Amino acid sequence: MRDLAPIVGVIGFFQLAVLQQPLPNLFGLLTGLLLVLAGLTLFIQGLELGLFPLGESMAHAFARKGSVLWLIVFAFALGFGTTVAEPALIAIAEEASEIAADANVIADTEDSRDAYGLGLRLTVAFSVGAAIVIGVIRIIKGWPIHIMIAAGYILVVAMTSIAPREIIGLAYDSGGVTTSTITVPLVTALGVGLASSIKGRNPMIDGFGLIAFASLTPMVFVMLYGMMIR
Amino acid sequence: MNALRVFMDVFVETLRDVLPIVTILVFFQFAILRRPLPQPKRMLIGFASVLLGLVLFLIGLEEALFPVGRLMAEQFTNPAFVGAAPGEAVDWQKYYWVYLFAFAIGFSTTVAEPALIAVAIKASELSNGAIGSWGLRIAVALGVATGISVGCFRIVTGIPIHYFIITGYVVVVVQTFFAPKIIVPLAYDSGGVTTSTVTVPLVAALGLGLAENVPGRSALIDGFGLIAFASLFPMMSVMAYAQMAKWRTDRSRKQENEGVMS
Repeated sequence: MRDLAPIVGVIGFFQLAVLQQPLPNLFGLLTGLLLVLAGLTLFIQGLELGLFPLGESMAHAFARKGSVLWLIVFAFALGFGTTVAEPALIAIAEEASEIAADANVIADTEDSRDAYGLGLRLTVAFSVGAAIVIGVIRIIKGWPIHIMIAAGYILVVAMTSIAPREIIGLAYDSGGVTTSTITVPLVTALGVGLASSIKGRNPMIDGFGLIAFASLTPMVFVMLYGMMIR
Repeated sequence: MNALRVFMDVFVETLRDVLPIVTILVFFQFAILRRPLPQPKRMLIGFASVLLGLVLFLIGLEEALFPVGRLMAEQFTNPAFVGAAPGEAVDWQKYYWVYLFAFAIGFSTTVAEPALIAVAIKASELSNGAIGSWGLRIAVALGVATGISVGCFRIVTGIPIHYFIITGYVVVVVQTFFAPKIIVPLAYDSGGVTTSTVTVPLVAALGLGLAENVPGRSALIDGFGLIAFASLFPMMSVMAYAQMAKWRTDRSRKQENEGVMS
């Protein structure tokens, strides 16, 4: 219940006290809240029963199998496959192709816009796949995360200074939209499972961090895409 | 009947989003790992409840919260509400209600974000409760709230986004040196998990409304960027949270020791 209390409070306060308007459709609002609450409860229960154990058992199984190659293929497939169909990404790619057409980077036709949008989606999906692979290799090797992330930041900053201006805002945003509600628990369970089945790794320090890579690489690759199209 | 149709629509849509993930998992589990699922019944029930939970969650949001949220975002960014004649440049300070609303909506949507709840549960489990799931969520939510407010300020003033982001990176790197080692990877992760189902649609509506209504901004170019802010600031707030928790325990430990000595 306390998960939703802030939203209810915020909407109630701003609507009634600041905008001074009555809440439209109070009954619908209450039903909706009940649905959200029921959904959240089911989701959390399902996490503990299904998503977390599955992610961890697969991580353990890969570790026991001892084939790094298959683990890497799996990591890439998980990153690429979950991102390429992500609705938030599809929406952003569409908007981006309009910007590009407006800025005369590509021809303003349906075909070229679609091609640009698809290229962008594949770029982001590829970069998330690559990110999970890098993250998994980091867990296996035990590399320190902060040096890798700092290096990534330097790369992002360097790219920003040479990338076309209209792609920058979009590139920065694409880092945030890639990680969906189902991907996050799975990827987290994968990292934690791997870290706990490799000797000398601490799940807390080495298990987290996969999502951080998945939010960083799309920025680099999208800027690269913007440079190549131009 | 209408309710049933809405349910089916959302259900099919969610199923389509989940399908690629399930395909990959099934393929690797059975073709590469070649082992049966441990406790298949339990896992199937788990998957089904995740799916059903997500569907109910989305319907509830779409039917109840999003329309009100979008309407409010429109009203707050409306030039008439801000107090300006259309087309006239406005002092950025006049948008104070927008910043406040951005903060409040960023905070409250992040607290309810399912992906963040998932990570918080895992973190609390692994740290044996040392990193409380509620505390982590509050820290992340404060970060998102601050980030979105700053992002709105940027849209209003039109300062280039990369100045903010680069400064943010420097702060994150400096904080990394001082923060407790155990929190660093989790803090980095929390940047990415904050922005999904609940936050993105409302934040996008706010950014778009603002960029459309502030004179001299283009919705297409300035409307982007709020999500980037919402992913950057939680890293800072989570590390700050851990830092403060450490100081507090250090100090109480010191006081205890002194108490023993005297």
